Amino acid sequence: MTRYVLKRLAGAALVLLALSVLVYALFYVMPGDPARLACGERCNPQQIAQVRERLGLDQSVFAQYLHFLQGVFAGRDYSGGTGVLHCDAPCLGLSYQNDQQVTELILERLPATASLALGAMVIWLVIGIGTGLLSALRRGGLTERTLTVLTLAGTGTPVFILGLLLLMAVCAYLQWLPFPTYVPLGEDPEQWAWNMLLPWLALGFFESAKYARLTRSSTLETLAEDHIRTFRAYGAGERSVVTRHALRGAVPPVIALSAIDLGTMFGGAVLTESLFGIPGLGKTLIDGVRHVDLPVVVGIVLLTGVAVVLANVVADLLYALADRRVALT
Amino acid sequence: MTALTDATAPVAGLPATGAARQVWRRLRTRPAALVSAAVLLLLVLLALAAPLLAALAGQDPHAYHDDLVDSARGGVPYGSFGGASADHWLGVEPGTGRDLFVRLLYGARISLLVALGATVVQVLVGLLVGLAAGLGNRWVDATLGRITDVFLALPFLVLAIALTAVVPRDFPRPLLLILVIGLLGWAGTSRIVRAQTLTLKSLDFVAASRLAGSGRWRTARRELLPSLAAPVITYAAILVPTNIVVEASLSFLGVGVTPPTPSWGQMLSTAQTWFRADPAYVLLPAGLLFTTVLAFTVLGDAVRTALDPREAGRLGVGTRKETSR
Repeated sequence: MTRYVLKRLAGAALVLLALSVLVYALFYVMPGDPARLACGERCNPQQIAQVRERLGLDQSVFAQYLHFLQGVFAGRDYSGGTGVLHCDAPCLGLSYQNDQQVTELILERLPATASLALGAMVIWLVIGIGTGLLSALRRGGLTERTLTVLTLAGTGTPVFILGLLLLMAVCAYLQWLPFPTYVPLGEDPEQWAWNMLLPWLALGFFESAKYARLTRSSTLETLAEDHIRTFRAYGAGERSVVTRHALRGAVPPVIALSAIDLGTMFGGAVLTESLFGIPGLGKTLIDGVRHVDLPVVVGIVLLTGVAVVLANVVADLLYALADRRVALT
Repeated sequence: MTALTDATAPVAGLPATGAARQVWRRLRTRPAALVSAAVLLLLVLLALAAPLLAALAGQDPHAYHDDLVDSARGGVPYGSFGGASADHWLGVEPGTGRDLFVRLLYGARISLLVALGATVVQVLVGLLVGLAAGLGNRWVDATLGRITDVFLALPFLVLAIALTAVVPRDFPRPLLLILVIGLLGWAGTSRIVRAQTLTLKSLDFVAASRLAGSGRWRTARRELLPSLAAPVITYAAILVPTNIVVEASLSFLGVGVTPPTPSWGQMLSTAQTWFRADPAYVLLPAGLLFTTVLAFTVLGDAVRTALDPREAGRLGVGTRKETSR
């Protein structure tokens, strides 16, 4: 078990290193002068040269990449006109827009993204598993057909359409809620929840379609297995067959997929965040792209990579824990 | 490159075989699939005929009509349902007064062009990598396998957004979108092709072809590709709607096609500020996008069931990615 985890983590580290090289190379070939961007509109050539030196942009790509890695693992210093700026260990550089440390910026935006992702997960698990089970157990009936059509439609609907329709219905037409504005959980939990409700619903509904399909197919697969037939033959009631045995088979894939989805979302649910104006990582990424703020973009892409890769490892572990038949090799 | 061009040959030649007739017979009994196919056919025709229809309607997708929007109310179109009239069949865009019918049609062109183009790139790269991994030696397979893993694990939308920002603004945007979506999203296809190739490789007819003296690529082309057609078509059918959503998402975020070229995603992005005053401007592109994606999904599902009834209802987790959130 420990050996397996170590092996997977080593593999993950390799993937991440490859990703960082890829991302770095990509942004190096980017046209435009980062120093000019970092310096701002009204900068004379001298100032630009200063910024270039301070950010280490006068060195070769290779040296820059090594400095970047050094910053990530050991921290680095930026010397400038106003003295030395120290950037602590997981240093992802300084934002071109305001010299803020990218790591700091990411930590600042993470709570909003986490609020969105976790709340949406509750919704997609409840709705997804619920409809999936229902349609597996009512196989062949009208219920199943309706649910199949609904989930099929759900998988295809982009989350921003769902969100826009929710906004139109709830905020503009029914006027049950004001247009959501993000309130941090620490500030006012009640307002936080009310304002997150629509984003949760939009993202949760969107994701639940996928989970419904997954739950349905894995439940049907489990119900077709020999041991279920044996339980039935022993006279186990339908209710206990479903709750005690079928669910046990249906849940592991759902857990695994949830872990992966949650991991991906830590790079920001870009569309949901920008539609509802949630100041999370996804919105920060898009803003970074608009202002060609390379350190921010690279930082968030790498963070997402880390989250996805780790989530995959966690998903496999959870899968093995939930289903003893899966061997870890 | 011959392998690439030939890759589509068995697809095009499919209707002649008995298998295709069987698929058609199965598809025919599913009304949902037929309706979807009809809807898509209509949409493709409308998109192709967009310049013609624009001329027929007497409208230009880029012409502003300031007289049709109420500047006192911030640019909301005069009249009901987004200012629909005999001249402007589906109304006009709020703020600018551009004709919505024509802009939606031109948006369909972009959507279909990008989605289908990206699917072609995904399938070609996937076929090439998958075949190379399946036919190559242990090291080739291992290396390509890891690369495929990396691409499957990439944060797709995030990278696509970043990539569109890297490329200069004067690079043709639809082509850029095709390349970005295509080159980031081939990993699923390559996995399927590799697995299928490994299975096929051990079968007698492939071994016979090798024994008869055919080279590796000749065998791949003549023996493997025809048998790969069914799983690849099935998977491509799932890729198309996903790609449509990705294009719309990128345009929604403002990193897709650049204005004034119309696209559905971009309209929905503008619609964010108009949904109170002009609901029609949200509902039309949203409805069109929804219908298109749903039709492709239903048709893809039906094709999968028809090609391989055993696999029906099974969701290929791990090979399929839902990325746009």
